[in-house]
Amino acid sequence: MDVTERLFERMVHEHQDRVFAFGLALTGNRHDAEEVAQDTFLRAYRALATYPPDRIRELKQKAWLHQIALNVVRNRMRGIRPRLVELNGSEPDHALGPEDDALLRMEMDALAVRVSALPARYRDAIVLRHVQELSYEEAADALGQPVGTVKANVHRGLKLLRGDKDEHPDD
Amino acid sequence: MNTLTTDLKRLGEVKAPVGFADRLLAHVGMGDSYARFETVLGPVYVAWNRQGVSAAARFATALEFEAWFRKEVGRKLVEAVAPPDLSGKVDDELRGRRRMRFDLRGLTPFEQAVLRKTREIPRGEVRPYGWVAREIGHPAAVRAVGTALANNPIPYFIPCHRVVRTDGKIGNYGGGGPEAKRAILTLEGVRLKRLEELARAGVRYQGVKTTKVFCYPTCHTGRHALEKNIVWLHDEASARAAGFRPCKVCRPAAVA
Repeated sequence: MDVTERLFERMVHEHQDRVFAFGLALTGNRHDAEEVAQDTFLRAYRALATYPPDRIRELKQKAWLHQIALNVVRNRMRGIRPRLVELNGSEPDHALGPEDDALLRMEMDALAVRVSALPARYRDAIVLRHVQELSYEEAADALGQPVGTVKANVHRGLKLLRGDKDEHPDD
Repeated sequence: MNTLTTDLKRLGEVKAPVGFADRLLAHVGMGDSYARFETVLGPVYVAWNRQGVSAAARFATALEFEAWFRKEVGRKLVEAVAPPDLSGKVDDELRGRRRMRFDLRGLTPFEQAVLRKTREIPRGEVRPYGWVAREIGHPAAVRAVGTALANNPIPYFIPCHRVVRTDGKIGNYGGGGPEAKRAILTLEGVRLKRLEELARAGVRYQGVKTTKVFCYPTCHTGRHALEKNIVWLHDEASARAAGFRPCKVCRPAAVA
């Protein structure tokens, strides 16, 4: 196994939960979340193979994976669904997760549905800032937007989530 | 305000599905998948990854296969549903149509050369260990060829059973002992009894008077020679002395 493969293996183990949770908050269901996570890591794997060593060393993995995952989700929303193989024909067990508490699990799934239903700009900002707990600077980086814009979108998004009626998103 | 952000934070603590990382790593070829196939040889466990088929073995249970694979190959292994084209390839390969790609990473260049050369032996034919050694450019390494074949991680598909002892005896077999080797060769149409009789009589080659060519007894080019035109030969020197040249297909001797 070469250096890149070892790095990738560590990356998968370290970030799999984070990327899956990100996918869940953005898509609102576990099946899509797993596909997003798979596709994110597969893209990362292909990209790593083409990167020179110094670029790999300087890679901020967390921010980088979030950027890839955001692109994956955006492409899916645009209807560009990459031909996703069911990984080795596996049948992921969505009925039983690592979370023991079924009630908590249902709450989380319900929340994910609400979050994922937000307009994309608020959804992305909120998920990066409050679900993934990136700093505003990191979130702004991942989104390619000014920090002020991200702050505003997080603020409006939270209002929408809380059900405030006086906020009218213009899309 | 606070409950919402707390809930959002907890949403971020959701865990990936069980086995996610292993399936992913298997998919990019950093681990292997396996399934059980019903074949002409009975049930065979076959492991594969993106490079190709990486291992095969006959075991009674999946657990035994997994333990064997971890010991022999050392990569991760997850049970999976076989890709739709793999069953066809497994069948074709065992019927003599070569369609599989193999992953021989982890083997030495010498071992890889032995296995690649062995793959060239057609179904229904056998070659001596010394033939493999000579063909890969290590004519003295006959024993090393035997060891490499004994450690063949993909028996049945890389047909190490088609390599036999120079004295015509069947020799040992990593894929289930000499009995299994005999059974598979018989299934492939090798006339073992005849082969062993010839070997006992000291015969190595079959010469054909009309063509002046000598072959290994199982070579398909000599199969349709008329009985009256066949000459049994004991060694290369006497064959050449009698005016025969080695067959260019089975290459029983280095072509001068």
